[in-house]
Parts: sequence; structure tokens; C-alpha cells
Amino acid sequence: MEWLGGRGLLAAVDSRLADSIAPGMPLADARAIAPGIVALDADPEGDAAALRKLAHWCGRYSPWTATDGMDGIWLDLTGVAHLFGDEASLAADLVARLKRQGFSARAAIADTPGAASALARAGREAIAVVPSGAQRVALALVPVGALRLPLETVELMDRLGLRRIGDLYKLPRPAMVARFGLAAAERLDQALGTLPEPLSPLPPTPTRSSHRRFAEPIAQPEDLAAAIASLADALCCALAGDGVGARRLALRFYRVDGVVLALEAGTAQASRDPRHLAHLFAERLDRIEPDLGIEDMRLEALVVEPLGSRQASLDRTGAGADRSGDALANLVDRLENRLGAGSVTRMRPRDSHIPERAVERVPAFAPGAGGTPWDTERLRPLRLLARPEPIEAVAPIPDDPPVLFRWRRLLHRIRASDGPERILGEWWRSREEETELRDYYSIEDTDGRRFWVFRSGLHRPGASPSWFLHGVFP
Amino acid sequence: MDTTAGNRLGGALPPQERLTALRERVGKLAGGSLGTHRLLPFGVSAIDAALPDGGLARGALHEISGLGGDEEDGAVAAAFLAGILARLAPPQPVLWCLAADDLYGPGLAARGLAPHRVLSVRARDDRTVLEAMEDGLKVPALAAVVGEVGALPLTASRRLQLAAANSGVTAFVLRRWRSGALAAAERTAPVAAVTRWRVSAVPSRPIDDEPGIGRLIWQVELTRCRGGVPAQWILEACDATGHVALAAELADRAPAPAERQPLRAIG
Repeated sequence: MEWLGGRGLLAAVDSRLADSIAPGMPLADARAIAPGIVALDADPEGDAAALRKLAHWCGRYSPWTATDGMDGIWLDLTGVAHLFGDEASLAADLVARLKRQGFSARAAIADTPGAASALARAGREAIAVVPSGAQRVALALVPVGALRLPLETVELMDRLGLRRIGDLYKLPRPAMVARFGLAAAERLDQALGTLPEPLSPLPPTPTRSSHRRFAEPIAQPEDLAAAIASLADALCCALAGDGVGARRLALRFYRVDGVVLALEAGTAQASRDPRHLAHLFAERLDRIEPDLGIEDMRLEALVVEPLGSRQASLDRTGAGADRSGDALANLVDRLENRLGAGSVTRMRPRDSHIPERAVERVPAFAPGAGGTPWDTERLRPLRLLARPEPIEAVAPIPDDPPVLFRWRRLLHRIRASDGPERILGEWWRSREEETELRDYYSIEDTDGRRFWVFRSGLHRPGASPSWFLHGVFP
Repeated sequence: MDTTAGNRLGGALPPQERLTALRERVGKLAGGSLGTHRLLPFGVSAIDAALPDGGLARGALHEISGLGGDEEDGAVAAAFLAGILARLAPPQPVLWCLAADDLYGPGLAARGLAPHRVLSVRARDDRTVLEAMEDGLKVPALAAVVGEVGALPLTASRRLQLAAANSGVTAFVLRRWRSGALAAAERTAPVAAVTRWRVSAVPSRPIDDEPGIGRLIWQVELTRCRGGVPAQWILEACDATGHVALAAELADRAPAPAERQPLRAIG
């Protein structure tokens, strides 16, 4: 129920009462017709979220789904109907499953989204399948309101006696544009198929996915693992046909209760090794709660990259060098899937004097991560603390290293030192860095432990300088 | 069939190589490492003499821990290991698993280990470090697998040793303990490693009586060695080619560069 200008208007009614009361009716009128009805406040955001969730669930029928207005879902069935027998049985299956989930649903299949949308909402049958090219006939008796037109346009048409879509066929087009606007004429053209209506704003991409439906819902981990293996096999065949390998994959589980669970996995190098890809998901199956059972699974390659025919023979007879490279890539994938993306890295030198910026972490197989020369001229510690830790230091002579310092509660007495090496802030980075200055010293305590410490800023008489420990030497 | 082939092969070889071939077969029968000929010598005769067959066994588990303040950050232990890895099957990569990634590339490079060979694996804790190590040990494309751990249960170390023996990839556990007390408790616990090393920094030796920090000196102890003898040495820190050298006997004698050259050249 919506509240509009202080009046309660019905936003939606239960299907059992649809004969007597209708959306748009004031609540008082509805109460008069059907005493004892229960009125609930409308929750448009909740409805929209639920609709999106349902559209997601419909992905089990088609890889392309979208919400349509407040109450509809579009499915692009191009090339998928045969998987369910035919279009009529697909629609029947969809409506039956939705009913089991507690939704009352109507479905229409037509050549154009406009026609399907109109027939699903205002057609006579709950399930309508319009033969290809027959939308003109099918729409003739449908009220004009189903054409997704603005309310004023519909009211205007009503006043002019144009109540059914068929009535509009007779209007000369220039008159229609002049009277109702170009948008209305285009809606009609789109419904009839004379004007294309792209559903997706994206250019059509070939979807690389594999799909399994189960006669009986499955829940056992072994069954799920077997299903994953067969999905990976099918997907890898498709990938091989296109000469590509997967870099990012998604596996969706469609549960009997309408919940969709998903796992995603990435690979460091494009791969179409079915065993490896299956392994990436099988390892994390414990995160999937099958509940009453999974009735559908879909494995989709979200990101692909060109990949030569090299890998096809990997498991059987792969050549030595290639095989070991792939084994390493597979290891990196497994570790990153378990420990999180970005957990396996290589070091690459970076052109910076600031010690913590002189090394960057790059993905294991980033181009150029190998063979870059490292500067070993300057003395650098083997362990560098993530951030310099403040130390209590006794440094009686200005511009000399400390003679004594305390770090992590231990006292170190210095017996030898080298330095200072002055490192200035990179002034082009920020205003604060412009004035930053660190004097680094390598120092050795009486036990032979060696540290890298620095004094921040210039020595100023009267002010006690702040000292930091930044690294440990071997 | 295998036996005859071995006999025929053995008969044609000179005595020394025959011995190696026989050892390899015995090693296989004993279920140990993949052949004892797979060794990495240090190139320092004093160290190699203490190790069975004159070198560090590949395809086996080795443990390195710090001492005297190095238990926590393990800088000396890591540098000693970097020197070994520098000479172990380059340019094959090394998988280095650790919970807090404080390895610094330029510091590794200075000890001879090219940092780009190191694939660092950032794990969450000791358990995930050990899991990552075990996965890595199944990949023969790796030169070695390193794990920095505090706790190392005996069974976990057995699994690592087994995985290393199966694939021929060498495994190193670098022990890091948060406190000296923890170190004392963990240090004596049994570990299924082929060798156990303990390294610590000792005061540097001045070069030509110059002030400042001189040559970096380590004390290296081989505390346990299957088929070898425990021993300890005072060594000069490994150089940019990953070679260590025996430090000169006298603390106050500045060793001339020429004196150190031959020792390094052996490896």
C-alpha cells in the first residue's frame, strides 16, 4: 500500500482478491468492497532488492537476465530453450518453480522484449508463447497500458478511445508522433520488432560458461566435486575452441530454495587446464552450504586471455619446461585462492631513495619482475620493519650515532658504527616530505648485533632529536 | 632388471663413482632422499667435511634458527640461508613463506640471492605457512621452499621432509620466536630435519684498523646432522655470490683481501 497525498492507495493486491480490488484503488474503497483485508505499508526498496535477487536466480535459465520495472524480469532465451525441451516447457518450469518459492508469476515469450513484457503483464494466458513474427496479432487485444508508456499518454489514449494496442495500428505514424510523442511511437515499434531494443547496454560478448542441471538436487560434497569437474571439462573445451584461457571465474550454485551461492577464483596466468580450474573451487567447497540441495550449477569464465594451444596436452604429455611453468602458475593460484589475492608476490626495485619505497611488490608473474638489476653498492639491511619504530637513544654528540639505545625493552650498547647516510624526502610528493630528512647510521652493539637506525630531522641545540630503528643487518 | 643394470653400470665405472652409484641405490632402498649425489657443497672444506658426503643434502628438510638476539628477527639466519639459496639451482625460483613479510630485496641481493627469484607467500600464521610449504614442495620447478615459523610440530616437520624427499625440492624452516623463553623451549623440541643450524652475529672485525663496522662475522653451529658430525665455526658473512669463508683466526689481524680469495673460489 502506498501513501499518496494522505490517501492510502493500494500498490499491490494478493492474487486471490484481484477480482474484486485492484492496485491504485484507495484503501477506504477497498475496505468497503472487501472488509477484513490486511493492509501493509509498501516497501519499494525491499521489493527492488528481492526482484534483483530473483533476476539473479533466473540466471539458471539464461546467462542474461535483467529486472524490468518494479515487477518484471527479462531473460534473453536466445539459444537456450532447447536445454529445457522447448520454450513452452521452459516457461512452465520457470512459473512452477517461482510458485513453489511463493511468487505468483506470469510469463510470456516473444521476439521482442516489448511484446513479452506487455503480454506477461496484460495477456490473457498466464503463460504465453508467441510464435516468431506473430507479435502483431498477439498484441492486438492487449490494453495500451502494457506498452510501458507514461501514465498521461495512456490516459490521453483512453480519452481518444484507443484502448487496445491494435487500435494504434490504424493510426498514421506522423499523427501518432504528433499526438503522443516520439517515445510512444517507438515503444510500439519496439514491441512489434520494427525498431530494435537492445536489452544490454554492453556489446554482445560470447559467453563462456558451462551449465549442469540435476534431475535430483545434490548436496553431498563428492557429488558437488564431480559436478565441478564436469563443468570445468566442458568450459575448458569451449575455451580451447576460442583459443583463450580463463583468468577469472565464477561458479554459481542454484539452491532448491531459490538462494544463489557463488564462488570466484582467479588465476595468475590464463589457464584452461580442467583439473586445475576444478581444484581451485573444490578446495573451497566447504564454504558452500547446500541446505536442501543444489539443482543447478553454472561455471563462467568472467575474464579470458588469449592462450596458445600449448596447454591442451598439459596433463598427458606436456613438454618439460612448459609443464613446470604451468605447475608453478597452478601453485600460485592455489596459494592465492587460499590466502587471498595478492598474497604471492615478487620484489621489484623502484627508483626511489626512500628505503621503504625502493622495493615494490608485484604479482608473481608480472611482466618485468625478473632480471632487473639491484643496487648492492649501498649497505642495506636484510629485514626492513614495516614502519620505523621509535627508540630511546642516548646520543650525546650532535651528528653522531647513539652510544646507547633501547628497542623493544632491550638495551643495546654501541661499539661500532658507520654513517651517516643522509636521505631527503621526495619533495615532489608532498609538502611534508619537502622538509623531511633522515640521517641513517649502521650500528653494531657489543654482542655483534647490527641495526639500521636514523635520526629524523636536523640536530637542533636544545631539542632532543627523535631516533628510529628501521632495519636489522645480518 | 634394475639390479643387472646397476651391476653393469657399476662394473664399468671407476671406484669413486661406483661408490656414489651404490650409495644412491642404498639411499633409495632405505626410502631416504632421492640419491645422495644431490648435494650442495659450501665450498669451505671445514664445513663440507662435517656434512655427510661433503655437502648439504638437496631434497631434504633443513632447519636454521638464530641465536643471541637473532631469534626474533632472524636476520642472520635469513642471510645465511640466502647465501645457500644463491647457489642452489639458480635461476629457479624460491618459494619463501612467512607471516610478516619484512624481507628486504637489497639486503638479499647483497648476500647473493637475486630478489626476483624469491616468490614471497604472505601466510596468516604458522599453520598456513606450513600448508603453503607443503604445497610448494610438490612443485619441482622450485629450487627450494622456505618457511618462517615459530611452532613446528614434529608431525609437520615429518610431512615436510617426506614431501621434499619425494619431489627433490629442498626445504628450509627458518625459526623465529617472539621471545628468548619461547626460543629456549622450542629449540630443544625434536624436528625431523636432516640438519639443524644455529647462527648468530658476533662483533665485526675491523678492516685495516679502520673505525666503524668491519667485516661481518657469524658464529655458525651445526647442532644436528644425520650421518654427520656436529660442529661450529666462526665465518665471514656470505658475499654477493653467496659464499661464506672461514674467518681469520686472530681477531686483531686484518686479513688481506688476497687471503680470502682462494677460500671463496673453491665453491
